[in-house]
Amino acid sequence: MITYKNLNLNMMKTFVLSFCLLVTTFSMTFAQSAQYQSAMSKQIALLDDPANRGPEKMQEIANTFERIAAAEKTQWLPYYYAAYCYVMNALSEKDKSKVDAIDDKAQAAIEKAESLSPNNDEIYCVKSLVATARIGVDPMTRGMQYGTEAATLLGQAGQINKDNPRVDLLQGQSLYYTPEQFGGSKEKAKVKFELALKKFATFKPASEIAPHWGEEYTKQLLSK
Amino acid sequence: MLFFSGLSATLQAQTKISGKITDKKNHPLPGVNISIRDSYDGGTSAADGTFSFTTDATGEQSVIFSLTNYQTQEQKVNLSGPVTLNIILRNDISQLKIVTISAGSIEASSEKNNTVLKPLDIVTTGGAMADIVSALKTLPGTQQTNDKEGLFVRGGTGYETQTFIDGLLVRNPFYSGLPDMPGRGRFSPFLFKGTTFSSGGYSAQYGQGLSSALVLESQDLPERSSYSLGISPIGLSGGLDELARDKKGSFGIEADYTNLGPYLNVIKPKFEPSVNPEIIGTSANFRRKTSKTGMLKFYGYSNWTHMGSIRPSFEYAGAKELFEMKNQNVYTNLSYKELLGNDWKINAGVSFSTNTDRITLDTMPKNPDPLKIHNLSQLAQSRVMLTKNIGNFSALRFGGEYQYAVENAAYNGYKADYVDNYTAAFAEGDIYFTPQFVGRVGGRMEYSSKIAKMNFAPRVSLAYKLDQYSQLSLAYGDYYQKPEQQYLRFKPDLDYMKATHYIASFQRVANNYTLRVEAFYKKYHNLVKTSPDTATNGTGYAKGIELFWRDRKSVKNLDYWVSYSYLDTRRNYLTYPYEVQPDFAAKHTFSVVTKYYISSITTNIGLTYSFATGRPYYNPNLPVSQFMSQKTIDYNSVGLSVSYLTSIRKAFTIFVLSVNNIGNFKQVYGYHYSTDAMRREAITPNIPRFIYLGMFMSFGIDRRQETIDNL
Repeated sequence: MITYKNLNLNMMKTFVLSFCLLVTTFSMTFAQSAQYQSAMSKQIALLDDPANRGPEKMQEIANTFERIAAAEKTQWLPYYYAAYCYVMNALSEKDKSKVDAIDDKAQAAIEKAESLSPNNDEIYCVKSLVATARIGVDPMTRGMQYGTEAATLLGQAGQINKDNPRVDLLQGQSLYYTPEQFGGSKEKAKVKFELALKKFATFKPASEIAPHWGEEYTKQLLSK
Repeated sequence: MLFFSGLSATLQAQTKISGKITDKKNHPLPGVNISIRDSYDGGTSAADGTFSFTTDATGEQSVIFSLTNYQTQEQKVNLSGPVTLNIILRNDISQLKIVTISAGSIEASSEKNNTVLKPLDIVTTGGAMADIVSALKTLPGTQQTNDKEGLFVRGGTGYETQTFIDGLLVRNPFYSGLPDMPGRGRFSPFLFKGTTFSSGGYSAQYGQGLSSALVLESQDLPERSSYSLGISPIGLSGGLDELARDKKGSFGIEADYTNLGPYLNVIKPKFEPSVNPEIIGTSANFRRKTSKTGMLKFYGYSNWTHMGSIRPSFEYAGAKELFEMKNQNVYTNLSYKELLGNDWKINAGVSFSTNTDRITLDTMPKNPDPLKIHNLSQLAQSRVMLTKNIGNFSALRFGGEYQYAVENAAYNGYKADYVDNYTAAFAEGDIYFTPQFVGRVGGRMEYSSKIAKMNFAPRVSLAYKLDQYSQLSLAYGDYYQKPEQQYLRFKPDLDYMKATHYIASFQRVANNYTLRVEAFYKKYHNLVKTSPDTATNGTGYAKGIELFWRDRKSVKNLDYWVSYSYLDTRRNYLTYPYEVQPDFAAKHTFSVVTKYYISSITTNIGLTYSFATGRPYYNPNLPVSQFMSQKTIDYNSVGLSVSYLTSIRKAFTIFVLSVNNIGNFKQVYGYHYSTDAMRREAITPNIPRFIYLGMFMSFGIDRRQETIDNL
C-alpha cells in the first residue's frame, strides 16, 4: 500500500533502538519463581544495552527467551519478548526476500503467547507489528490486507485496555508516515503521541518484566 | 550443615558444553538455539557455527539443537565433565525451497511467493482498461488480435482458450460484440485472488481447450465492509460489500450502467451506431466459512447489452448494412472447499449460465425483411475433485465433471438446436522424487454425447530446481476440444480436434527480477475444415520461443516488464487450401509495460507499448498458390493510464485518465473483400483512440488501491 511506502527503514531502526530505553526499575511483587524473574530481567536488560543492536544479538536474545518459554511452558512473556526480537529483526531486514521467514518466527512465537494469554492488548500490539513488517515485502500487493489487519489489531488492543500507551504510539506512527492524501496526518499523529506520553506517565506495568517500552521513542517522534 | 554446603557446591559445579554445528555440506550454521531440556541454560551458535555455554545441570540430560528450516535434533549427554558436541543439522525442506510445476504457465497469486506476477499487475497495466485479457496480451505467447474475440495463444484461435472460475468452465467469458469489434472480458479482475494463465501443457484437471487455460480463483472474505461509487461521462456504478459481525461471512451487491451515446456524439466512431450502446450489469455474492477450513462461495452475475452499427454496404453501392445485437447473460457459480482430515481435501462446485444473443441484420433500404438471428446457449455443470496429500509434498488428485449444454440457434425461424451431455474424469499425481525434482503424471478421459466418442489425454510435466531461484521444466500433453458450435450444430459426425504440446522452459524468479525463456512445439490434428466438405481433417503446427523479463529494482519507483514472442505456425483449416500462416498469427510480438509512481503528487502512471509484425490476409484476386501471402502493416500501440489519489471529505477518491493507442497509430487487422473481389476495406478499430476519464469514491474500507488498479 502506498500508505506504507514512505515508512522507511531508518525509522524502523530508530524504533528498534527505542526498545533499549526500557524502564529498569525492579520490584519483586509477583509470586513467580525467583529464577524466572531474574532470567527475564537479565534478558530485558540485555535488550537495553546498545551493544546488542545487531540482528545476530537479537537472535541470540530471542533464543534465550525461547529457552525460558520452553522450560516454563505456561508463561506468555518469554514468547512475547521472543516475538518482539524477531519482529524487530523483520522490520530492519533490508533483503525483502528474507523478511517473511523472520516474520514467520515472530508470528509463531506471538501465537504461542496468545494461546497462553488470550485477549491481551500487549500481544495485539506485537501482532500488529508482525502484520506491518509483512507490508514492507510488497507494499502494492500486501498493503490492503496487512494494513487493515494491523489497524484492526491496534483497535482491538485499544478496546481491551484504553490506557495502553503503546496503542496510541503505534497508531500515531502509522498516521505519521502515511501521506496526507491517504488519510495520514502529522497533526493527528502529534495528538496521538501526546496522548501516548500522558498515558506513559501514569502507566503502571503489571510487573517489572511486563512490557513497558516505547516512551523514549514517542518523545523522539514528537520532537521531529 | 557442612555436609549440605558441600553437596550444594557439587551441585552448583558448572559444566561446560561446547562444539560446532554444521550442515551436511560442512558449512557452519549460525543462530542455532542450543538448549538443555526443561532448563534455561543454553546458547546460540556464532557465525562460524561454534557455541559454548555452562550449565548447572548434571547427570543424564537432553541437549536440543533447533534452527528454522532445519530438523530439530536431540542429543543425550552425561554431564559429569566438559562435553564437546559436533552436530550436523539436516535440512527441513520448507515450501519455499521445493520445486513447483511451472512449464507453460504464468501465475499471479497474492498468497504465494515467487510468482511472476501479482494480481495487481494484471490490472495496473496501462491501456488494458481493467480487462484481464487485455492485460494478459502483454505476456509472452499471446497475440494482439484486437479484431477477434478471445485470447489467441501460440498459434491457436480465441476458441482454443478456455476460462475457468473455481474449476468450472465459463461458456461465455466475453461480452457479445459487433463484427470486427469483439467484446471485452465480462469479469472484473478484482473478483479474483489468483489468476493462472497457461499457454500450454496444463494440468489434466482442465479440458476442452486446445491451446490455453485461464484459471481464475475467486476471492475469499473481504477485510472490512465498504461502499463504493463511480462516475464517468459514460456511466455510473455503485456497490456494497458487507462483512458479517462474526467475520465468518459476507455478502455483496453491485450494479453499473454504461451508455456510450453521449461519448460517441463527441468522438465520432468509424461506423455510425444504430442505437446508443447500453450496458446494464448487476452482480451479487455470498461467502460463508462453514468451519475453520471450509468455505462456501456463491457468485451470480447478470448483464444486458444493447448495441449496433450501420456500415456502408459492401455489396450494394449506396445501401447500408445494419447489425444490431441484444445480449442477455446470466452466470452463477457455487463452490465449496473443505479439508476432510487424513490429508484429504474436497473441492466441489456447480454452475449454471445462460446467454442469449438476438441479432438483427438488414441491408437498407434494399431488403424489406431483416434477418433475425436468435442464439441461446445454456450450460449446467457440476464438478468434484478430491486431493490426497502423500508424504510431505506429493499429492494425488482425481475427480469428475458433468456438463449439460443446450445450444439453440434460430435463423429467421429456421432452427438448428442440439444438446450435449459431456462427462469427464481425471486423475493426476504430483510425485516428488526429491524436494528439488517433481513429476506430474496424469490423464483425462472425456465423452461427449454429440460426438459420441471417448477420448483419452495423457499429460506429463517435470520440473527440476537448479538453485534457490531457478528451475528447468518440461511438459508434454494431449488436448482435445469439441469443434465450435456452428459446425457441430450441422454436422454431428465431427470428431474432437486435437493438439499435442511439447514445452521446455527455464525460469529464474529472484526478489526483484524475473527471467523466463520458453520454447514450444504444438502439433494440431483434426482441425475443422469447411471446404470442400465440413470434416475434422485439418492439420497444423505451431512452434516458437518466448522471453519474459521483469525488473522492479534498477530504476527507483519504476517497475517494468518486457515480453517477446517468436511464432512460426501454419495450419490448414476452414477454407484454407493448404497449410499457411493463419490470418490471426503474427511472427513477432513484443510488449513493454512500465509502471511509475510519483509519491509527491500521489499519482501513478502506467505506460504500455505493444508491437506485432503484420498478419496475413486473404486476397481473392491472387491465385491459390499465393493464398494468404500478403501481410498487413505492423501493429503499434501505446496505452496510458494516469491515476491521481486524494480524499474528498471522508471519502477516498481517485481520478483516472485512461487512453489507448495514445500515439494514434494506424492499426490494420486485415481486409474484407466484396464477393466480386473488386472492392476491399481495411479492418481497423471502430474508435482508434479511446479516452476515458472517471472519478471513484469509496467509503469505509480504503479501496483506492483497488480502484486505481481497476483502470
